[in-house]
Amino acid sequence: MESAGVKVALRIWVALVLLFLFVPILLIVVYAFDPATVESWPIKGFTLHWFNVAWHDPEVRDAFLLSVKVGLLATGIALVLGSAVAYALYQFSFFGRDAISFLLVLPIALPGIVTGLALNSFFTFASVQLSLWTIVVGHATFCIVMVFNNLIARLRRTPGSLAEASMDLGARGWQTQLYVTLPSVITALISGALLAFALSFDEVVVTVFTSGAQNTLPIWIFGQLRLGQKLPEVNAVVSIVILLTIVPVLLAARIAGAGAVTRTARAAAVQDGGRK
Amino acid sequence: MTQNIADRGAASEALPRSGAWSRIGAALWRRPWARATLLLTPPLAWFLIIYLAALVVLLITAFWQTNPFTSNLEHIWNLQNFVQVFTTPAYLQDIGRTVGLAAGVTVVDGLVAFPFAYYMARVATRRTRTVLYVAILLPLWASYLAKVYAWQLVFTKDGVLNWSLGKVSLGPLNLINTNWAVFIAFCYIWLPYMAIPVYAALDRIPASMIEASQDLGGRTWRTTRSVILPLALPGIVAGSIFTFSLTLGDYITPQLLGGTNSVFIGSVAYTSFLSNNVPLGAAMAMVPIAIMIVYLLGARALGAFREL
Repeated sequence: MESAGVKVALRIWVALVLLFLFVPILLIVVYAFDPATVESWPIKGFTLHWFNVAWHDPEVRDAFLLSVKVGLLATGIALVLGSAVAYALYQFSFFGRDAISFLLVLPIALPGIVTGLALNSFFTFASVQLSLWTIVVGHATFCIVMVFNNLIARLRRTPGSLAEASMDLGARGWQTQLYVTLPSVITALISGALLAFALSFDEVVVTVFTSGAQNTLPIWIFGQLRLGQKLPEVNAVVSIVILLTIVPVLLAARIAGAGAVTRTARAAAVQDGGRK
Repeated sequence: MTQNIADRGAASEALPRSGAWSRIGAALWRRPWARATLLLTPPLAWFLIIYLAALVVLLITAFWQTNPFTSNLEHIWNLQNFVQVFTTPAYLQDIGRTVGLAAGVTVVDGLVAFPFAYYMARVATRRTRTVLYVAILLPLWASYLAKVYAWQLVFTKDGVLNWSLGKVSLGPLNLINTNWAVFIAFCYIWLPYMAIPVYAALDRIPASMIEASQDLGGRTWRTTRSVILPLALPGIVAGSIFTFSLTLGDYITPQLLGGTNSVFIGSVAYTSFLSNNVPLGAAMAMVPIAIMIVYLLGARALGAFREL
């Protein structure tokens, strides 16, 4: 129905939006190779010096290791709890079922400051010292929904007849689970886990409130940006972080289909909660 | 169907089997409620004991206060924090500024995303569509701090923007440390959150509806306004929930890009937290919660959730 003029206008618009989306991000990567200590455009040359500096900076190393540790622990917890809820909500319908899926989305649907401040008040109230574990608890809370969303979407698409056939052929409950259900959902589990890790690895808004003296990598970056220090090194670190968050997402998209990696799958869970 | 599986499962219990695990498994299999309880208890306990309890503590904290001399939290119930939030002109201005900003970001993102999503859903070839989909997904997941910082590099005095403006002989434009910088960065960061649900909604509109509109004489504009827009509305509303909510509660972008005037709800809550006045921050945090509840109820009344 679109006239040729409309199509041309739409094409130009799409091109502009793509430029808007990618130029700023690529700019950081370009600056990461700038030998100058004060950033100004255009860059003054090409060097790998700042990657070298970042690699040998013990603060960056510690922060990186902490982020990986937190990400793995939070992802582990999210996998167990998220798949338990997904199975329960898929297999059983009961009163309050929709309330549960709504509850799972809350930590990422509510503004980050709310979740962060709430967790901080809670830890203070319960006299829990802020540590690696308080960060993990915060991250796991909003990572659960990533696993849940991916898994329940897959379970709903998997025909129940497969499990029925397995049991008709005499498989026991656990055999059906292990040999029939699990293989059909394993990619959803992996992509959920990758997304949970990416979310945790990048999180800063809530982490500010749940980390004590420790720095995760985003907290370290935030600190340097706020003080305007070590910016050339930050360029190098941020370039690597971009790479490290995008790789799991691309993997997840490859494994489970691009539709699985929209963060707005949150919206789907919200509307599920509101539907019935 | 679930019931069906359970029946057949029960039938297979008739097969001979031995061992404690099998007996436990069999017992569980015959009692769906027991399995449901077993599955649901750990995650629900996590959410009740940690997350909901935390929200309740936040609410309670808003009614307490910090001793101005000792900085200790005092468990004295009063409404002082709320009174302070709602009677201090500066705080009211901050709330107004935040809501205005969030609304502005939402509208701009809607306007930018709609033609983009429309092109993806209705004009692009299948191949282009996939490429565009990935193109919108990548910035969605690229590090949040990177996205904020990128705009610092663009707007800074010797940055790309002023260099480009210099090339076309336009004066330098110092946007860094202004609310404009914050506004543009927010539009940028949350754009994919709007584009994806709008695309999903547009993609679901059956071609037959548009053809019907055209058969009935609807021109491009009329079809867009009377057929496509109403059908895409749930997607737009779903996207707006994100752009609005995420802007309401952000304190990092204003801190990194804004100036002295860039104080928003999140910044006030964050500053009170830093200065050990968590109760005031808690009272401030109730404002975005209240706004989001009203917003979600409104979206629901519009049928946005049901339609999606």
